Amino acid sequence: MDPFRIISLVVVAAGAFFLLVGSIGIIRLPDFYARTHATSKSDTLGLMLVLAGLAIHEGFDLNSVKLLLVLAFVVLTNPVGAHALARAALKVGLRPTFAGEPRDAGAAELREIAGEGREEDF
Amino acid sequence: MEREFVYIAVVLTIIIIIPFYRVVKGPTLFDRLLGVGAIGTKTLVLICLVGFVYGRIDMFIDITLAYAILNFIGNIAIAKYFIHPKAGPEGSP
Repeated sequence: MDPFRIISLVVVAAGAFFLLVGSIGIIRLPDFYARTHATSKSDTLGLMLVLAGLAIHEGFDLNSVKLLLVLAFVVLTNPVGAHALARAALKVGLRPTFAGEPRDAGAAELREIAGEGREEDF
Repeated sequence: MEREFVYIAVVLTIIIIIPFYRVVKGPTLFDRLLGVGAIGTKTLVLICLVGFVYGRIDMFIDITLAYAILNFIGNIAIAKYFIHPKAGPEGSP
C-alpha cells in the first residue's frame, strides 16, 4: 500500500475522532459558555485534521491547494464565530453557571428577565 | 475506489445527528445557534469526503468554500443582531 494513503487515512480518522469529541461536548457540557469550547476548539481541530489528510491523499496540485485554503479560512473564522455568539449572549445578559449550581442555571434566569410572553424568544 | 472514505463519511453522518439534540432541546436561543454552527462545520467536512468518494473533488471543493463563507456570515449576522437590535420590538432583545 502507498505510504501516503496510510498516512492520510490515519489523519482523517483522527479528525473524525475529534469531531466526535466536539459533538459529545455540545451535549454533555453544563453551560452555554462551556459549550462554545466544544464547537470552537474540538471541531476546528477535527476539521483541520480531516482536510489536511485529504490534501495529503490528493498530492500536490490545484485541488489540494484549494483544500488548504478552505482549511485556513475555517481555522480563522470558526473560533471568531463562536466568540461573536458568546459575546452576544453576554451582552444580552446570559449569566455563566458557577460551581455547585444546577445545569443551565443562567438560562432559567434569562427566561425570567425576558418576562411575560417572551419565553419563545429564548 | 475510495472505500475507506465511504466508511468515514457514514461515521460522520452519525456524528452530525448528535448536535440535533442541542438544537431541539437547548434552553436558550444561543445553544440552538451553536448547535446549528457545529452541524454546518461537520457538513463542510462531509461535502469534502463525498467529493473524494465521487472523484469530483474539483467541483465539490468550490461548494465547500461557498458553504464555509455562508456559515460564517450567518453566524456573524445573528450575533450582530443581538448586540444592536435596531428592529427589535420594545427596545430590549
